[in-house]
Amino acid sequence: MKAPDFAYVRPASLDAALALLAEHGEDAVPLAGGQSLVTALNMRLASPRLLVDLNAIPDLAGVSEAGGQEGGQEGGFVRIGAMTRHRDVGTASVVRERLPLLAAAMPHIAHPAIRNRGTIGGSVALADPATEWPACCLAAGATIVARGCHGERRIAAEDFFLGLYATALEPGEIVTAVEFPVPGPDAVWGFEELSRRHGDYALVGLAATGRRAGGRLTDLRLAFFGVADRPVLARAAAAAVEAGDVAGAQAALAGEIDPPDDPATKAATRRHLARVLLGRVAGRLREDAAPIGTVRGGGLDGV
Amino acid sequence: MASESPDREHAVAFTLNGEAVRARVPARMHLGDLLRGTFGLTGVHLGCEHGVCGACTILVDGRAVRACLMLGVQADGATVETVEGLTESGRIGDLQDAFHARNALQCGYCTPGMLVTAAELLADETAAASREEIRAVISGNYCRCTGYHAIVDAIATTAEARRNRRETAE
Repeated sequence: MKAPDFAYVRPASLDAALALLAEHGEDAVPLAGGQSLVTALNMRLASPRLLVDLNAIPDLAGVSEAGGQEGGQEGGFVRIGAMTRHRDVGTASVVRERLPLLAAAMPHIAHPAIRNRGTIGGSVALADPATEWPACCLAAGATIVARGCHGERRIAAEDFFLGLYATALEPGEIVTAVEFPVPGPDAVWGFEELSRRHGDYALVGLAATGRRAGGRLTDLRLAFFGVADRPVLARAAAAAVEAGDVAGAQAALAGEIDPPDDPATKAATRRHLARVLLGRVAGRLREDAAPIGTVRGGGLDGV
Repeated sequence: MASESPDREHAVAFTLNGEAVRARVPARMHLGDLLRGTFGLTGVHLGCEHGVCGACTILVDGRAVRACLMLGVQADGATVETVEGLTESGRIGDLQDAFHARNALQCGYCTPGMLVTAAELLADETAAASREEIRAVISGNYCRCTGYHAIVDAIATTAEARRNRRETAE
């Protein structure tokens, strides 16, 4: 199918893009990687009057480490520019070394041709509940950086994803970066996803982070995706896993997720698959998860 | 840059299969239609037009992308290669021979996208290009004839032959 008629503009600066979005209001939509938006246009699910293409804005892409001390000590963070392509997020050396959760999640995002073009900022701003980056943001305690005409805002991932395709972004604001705290040397992580075909949207997925000191798991964050209208932190299940009770965690999960019931996949199936993923990830986190510094280029899920 | 002001039609200039080209393109036209309609490159096959089937896969600045999920106006300033360009340059001759030899062509509709997707994988000399990796990579390209085993065979054969040639050359 073919896209409806619209105008297009490719501003050369962030300020120019924000001015255009402010000037045109709801008629204008920012265009990042376009791997969801152009689909929506082609299928006539969206009909904006103006596309404001962010692809020519310098410095909106790239991965850098800042703050804290060198060597990944507390207080540092990895800043990923909004226009960084999925593939470049997952292959960046600083991501592979400091944020192996993201490196493990990247190959699950659609297919190579989509990963070459789609961006982390676009994915986060779209907030599709079956996608990987929002759940990773939630599990890793990321901060979403947004810019509007009136300046910059920093929004915790927990406060950012509000519902189906709904975020805390105000009209006229765009995501400029996502910042991930650098995990300490005792950090562990896990990532699992089930889909019908490799690269399809997740039936159920789980992104997890935590710390392991003296054989004990603490600060465990289990972010499930594909099970609700947004990524969900399963707090009671995490507490049970920390206490060493994986079966109890799987039981607790029933009260924490309310999966959608659709013609292809019943809610009960998703609940079951979520318990399966929890069992796999929790088992590995407790037993053989290597400290984060030793999982470069691989890890629980492989890269 | 003409596209710095909002408009429904824009002038674009880019490198297409090694040649500098220019065109005027409606903003709503995706790159697949621009390549087929304006430049006659009908090897860019359009299937689903929402990024799922992979038949329209081309290289933009050396990377595989869906021509249906990029606007024609966004090609401005880029280097675009289609299956025609890859064929004329001879860069995928071995891959095409392997598709023929392994009966991986079948109806041929998905073939250009399969070739471009495989070309990107095979161009990365650091990739293992194991059968498992090949399967993961071409999972983004549908073959309605279900010729997958033959396609995996052809790509794996080419990967192995290229590996052997590299090792012999060293």
